[in-house]
Amino acid sequence: MNQDILPRWIDIGLLPLLNVMAALVVSGIIIAIIGENPFVAMGVMLKGAFFYKGALGYTLFYTTNFIFTGLAVAVAFHAMLFNIGGEGQAMMGGLGVGFICLALDNILPPMMVVVLAILAAALFGAVWGAIPGWLQARRGSHIVITTIMFNFIAASIMVWLLAGMLMAPGQMSPETRSFAQGVGLPQIYEVLNRFGFTVARSPLNFSFIVALLASFGVWVLIWRTRLGYIIRATGHSEPAAIYAGHNPARIIMIAMAISGGLAGLMSLNEILGVQERVILNFTSGYGFTGIAVALMGRNHPVGILCASLLFGALYQGGAELDFEFQTITREMVLMIQGLIILFSGALAYLFAPLVTRIYLRLKPSAGGAHG
Amino acid sequence: MADLWIQFLLTLDATLRVATPLILCAMAGLFSERSGIIDISLEGKMLMAAFAAGALAALTGSALIGLAGAIAVSVLFSLIHGFACITHKGNQVISGLAINILASGLTVTLGIAIFAKGGQTPMLSRDERFGAIDLPFAEAVNALPLIGPIYKEIISGHNILVWVALAAVWITSRVVFKTAFGLRLRAVGEKPEAVDTAGISVSGLRYRAVIIAGILCGIAGAYLSIAHGAGFVREMTAGKGYIALAALIFGNWRPVPALAACLMFGFLDAVAARLQGVEVPVLGQIPTDLILVLPYVLTVILLAGFIGKATPPRAIGTPYVKER
Amino acid sequence: MANHTYSDTGGAENVPPAIVLNHISKSFGAVQANRDIHLDVAAGTIHGIVGENGAGKSTLVSILYGFYTADQGEIEIFGQPVTLRSTADAIASGIGMVHQHFMLVPNFTVLENIILGHEGADSLSAGLEKATLRLQEIADKYGLQVDLHATVQDLAVGLQQRVEILKALYRGAKILILDEPTGVLTPQETEQLFEILKALRAQGVTILLITHKLKEIMAVTDNVSVMRSGEMVAHLDTADTSAEKLAELMVGRPVLLAVGYEGRQAGDICLQVNGLCLRDESGKTCLHDICFEVRRGEIFGIAGVSGNGQSELLEVLAGITAPQEGRIQIGTAEISAKTPLSPAGIKELGVAHIPEDRHAMGLVLPFSAAESAMLGYEERGTATGSSVFLSPEATTRHCQKLMTDFDIRPADPRLKSNLFSGGNQQKIVVAREISAQPDILLVGQPTRGVDIGAIEFIHKQLLGLRDRGCAVILVSVELDEILTLSDRIMVMNAGQNMGILKRQEADIQKIGRMMAGIEHHAPSQVPA
Repeated sequence: MNQDILPRWIDIGLLPLLNVMAALVVSGIIIAIIGENPFVAMGVMLKGAFFYKGALGYTLFYTTNFIFTGLAVAVAFHAMLFNIGGEGQAMMGGLGVGFICLALDNILPPMMVVVLAILAAALFGAVWGAIPGWLQARRGSHIVITTIMFNFIAASIMVWLLAGMLMAPGQMSPETRSFAQGVGLPQIYEVLNRFGFTVARSPLNFSFIVALLASFGVWVLIWRTRLGYIIRATGHSEPAAIYAGHNPARIIMIAMAISGGLAGLMSLNEILGVQERVILNFTSGYGFTGIAVALMGRNHPVGILCASLLFGALYQGGAELDFEFQTITREMVLMIQGLIILFSGALAYLFAPLVTRIYLRLKPSAGGAHG
Repeated sequence: MADLWIQFLLTLDATLRVATPLILCAMAGLFSERSGIIDISLEGKMLMAAFAAGALAALTGSALIGLAGAIAVSVLFSLIHGFACITHKGNQVISGLAINILASGLTVTLGIAIFAKGGQTPMLSRDERFGAIDLPFAEAVNALPLIGPIYKEIISGHNILVWVALAAVWITSRVVFKTAFGLRLRAVGEKPEAVDTAGISVSGLRYRAVIIAGILCGIAGAYLSIAHGAGFVREMTAGKGYIALAALIFGNWRPVPALAACLMFGFLDAVAARLQGVEVPVLGQIPTDLILVLPYVLTVILLAGFIGKATPPRAIGTPYVKER
Repeated sequence: MANHTYSDTGGAENVPPAIVLNHISKSFGAVQANRDIHLDVAAGTIHGIVGENGAGKSTLVSILYGFYTADQGEIEIFGQPVTLRSTADAIASGIGMVHQHFMLVPNFTVLENIILGHEGADSLSAGLEKATLRLQEIADKYGLQVDLHATVQDLAVGLQQRVEILKALYRGAKILILDEPTGVLTPQETEQLFEILKALRAQGVTILLITHKLKEIMAVTDNVSVMRSGEMVAHLDTADTSAEKLAELMVGRPVLLAVGYEGRQAGDICLQVNGLCLRDESGKTCLHDICFEVRRGEIFGIAGVSGNGQSELLEVLAGITAPQEGRIQIGTAEISAKTPLSPAGIKELGVAHIPEDRHAMGLVLPFSAAESAMLGYEERGTATGSSVFLSPEATTRHCQKLMTDFDIRPADPRLKSNLFSGGNQQKIVVAREISAQPDILLVGQPTRGVDIGAIEFIHKQLLGLRDRGCAVILVSVELDEILTLSDRIMVMNAGQNMGILKRQEADIQKIGRMMAGIEHHAPSQVPA
């Protein structure tokens, strides 16, 4: 099998790169068809992502979202579970933050509220992930369909609560009142400015640090703990997990809970880091981007960090595209995203036969079979 | 009382109109999934088809060309999905998702580029759409008690594509269960090895199934933008593709039960629309969101086996690889 | 080059040979599965092909059935050169195949399965009618009666095989290939199959029998060809050869087929089973009132045709399934429906388990050998044995030791488990379990899909374990293996204990009747 002949650096480095390039080439062709110059467009995207004042901050702000949702999908995927429910789990995480902050922000000191809110985001997301996990493990419902349904159900719950019970009094738009003063995550540019670095304003906030910590945590969990070993074993073979003395239903629920919790944490970025109140649609499809990120990153935190950065740049660059071009809007980014998922996910080994042939030509000794 | 009756009839009438794209997509999903290919991309294909229909109808002034274009585009995306899943043996869920996301982005991007209307296509006039077909004697028969209004409101006055959808159910049922092709289709979704060792191409069958799915989704998309509506509006599928999938599962991958599920879900949608803002004694305002969420909740309950058992085709989702 | 020493037995003088293969070669990447194969199969004969696992039999047969195309070589069917590019070509040339794992759609009827692909009409009802008539003719001609409207998944395995044969004949097969057909049959059902094959031969059908069971070759074939390491090494008249000679040709050196048995003295009882009952989800009885005990220092073999409850029994003993009625006593611990024990708990009682399916259960194929070597013993992968964190050094070191002690090749702990040969994969599982120094070892199908060298090694390990005082419970569908290793043998049929024999009392005929459920063996009064 191709995967066994090709060395790791091709499998997790070159092939994903080729897949992304293929997606970009097709995007470029479409951009050309609608009458714009793809290279100019790409240039604008790059500049918008990194080279304007504050651009990097914005890019990393978006990156934070994708790190969380990417990690969420990856953890579930190690248990061979397809968590499509990142959107819904993030929404519930946001609700959790909302409940805690709205209930306690005038009672407890802000620091405590923030800590509790972080826990609530993870907890609510975890529950919203664990239920489909339970349904798969104990009732055999396919987790793909249930998580898709749960996304819709979560959206309905959000609308129902935000336009009803939780709505800020005296307002017409469906959102809660703002949290009390100080109940929010510190903005990074403010912190850096205080230490003497002049950094332009951007919404990049402390949840970015949480995301990086989560990445490290996921790496340790999956590859350096016994629980991670069991999760991976269960994902590959449930009978093997049973044979080894574990309960696959329990493992599936744990994996989905961790996954949902990570997705729930995504809400911190927007809700606690920027808005400081709960709004509708703050997830904006980031849950689905997480799938692309996990696929490109081969479900490994390092890959996920790289892929998240790529998508963060795409989103921020896309905003710039929208600004600069009449004919191009942010939907262009959706299109590129769809193509990346197609090439990196469904057509992941499209180039593998070609690459293998070239590789074997250069290194004929690699073709031997083992044992 | 008579007023309530009329309201009920009008709701049933609306049910059929709302259910039509669901029925077409559910049948599409049936062909695809019965052959073993998971199809999450009903939504995306329908959206692309709706855009193609709306754009072509506006550009050429002909609804038929719009329909043809919708079908062509939908089949194209089906072939992409097919290539990824069948030839390349890639992950079918991911391929479906990718197509959905791609469709969301591509429709608006192309829409803005061609029409510069923020993603919409221009409003269509009556001639550029599929109009309502009033059946003969509808007005005269209306005077008859009971059957009269039923004939006029529910049966007459529908679009031809609504009838196409109902015909599609009958055709699907016949093809899948009464023809040699249907036998092979069902076999390839249960045990592709049996088909392969009989000398029949597994890929060939699956590609054919996926193309048929594309045709049906194309009609569904055209219905949305040039029959039911008067042009394409961004994200106009609004999750109907997923509801169709839910209806298919609810119907246990059989045509007539899936039709019943589509009608039920359509009914819920129509009821919710009617009850919006309506005050009912004792309960107050009906939370229409809760009614709209029922199809999703019911599907979850069904899948969990709490109301009957869903039995998908045995080989679904697994790419066919010859054993060594 | 192979040695042609046979003459046309059973075939008419002027009929061309049914199959002629010349210079057939096939490689997969760097692996040469078939090298310069020559084969002559006379028409109207039963021709056997033997070889070990991995000798290339399956590849050769796949080429004949159009699954693969040979890299080189020519094929002639009944004197006509043919190119078999697909299964459809093969079927058109009159070749039919009964696969080892049946190619039947479980929820279709027999009739639907048979006509699949050859329906005869677009409309199903018209095709079904015509087919029913034709099938009745075929069934009468060859004596293969099956209820056409039964659903396949409800049929017994022997009947399902009959459907497969009918299917091939319906499609016009003049050459019938059977790939390992007797793995799922009792000795009596095997006899019935052979009668059918002889009837087919009498009607002029040519039969190619692929198997590794030498006794069957000797029983029913006219000619036999031997494959070894991708090459044809011999073509013989069955009448002129013996099982021992064939084994020697298969392996390339003299092989001891049966070990002489010396009586042994066993120790105390360490495991006792009383009244064990188990039903599956649909209510069918898997195990009924099973009672037996096992002593230290003995190998307790459980014989039976696959699917008669042995797998379920093993899983209950391993803690994977909980018993519904009855008790298991291991030492002082009692396991019952009210007091079940998980596999982890069973392990703590000193029980180790080599599972029947090493691919699904014994190993995690995508894991490295080192990670597979920790399965069920995760503490071996940690630095201290009790921590939550795994240490790559500890994991690798532990695996290295197992590879050295048990001669596992290649000795690379980082190699993915699925890249090891069947024999080495099994050795990893055996090494892992035996190195836990268990008091009781449960082992299922230890040498399925394993080459002869590894078979000898594993058998020696099991015997060594027994000699050190361990109790070994061995489940195997290979009667020869049971007879080679066991001190006492329990035979199971339809979930029941048909009797326990001492090795000295065991003979194949009696065991065969017990496996088929037509004889019970009453335990003789033997002092404990």
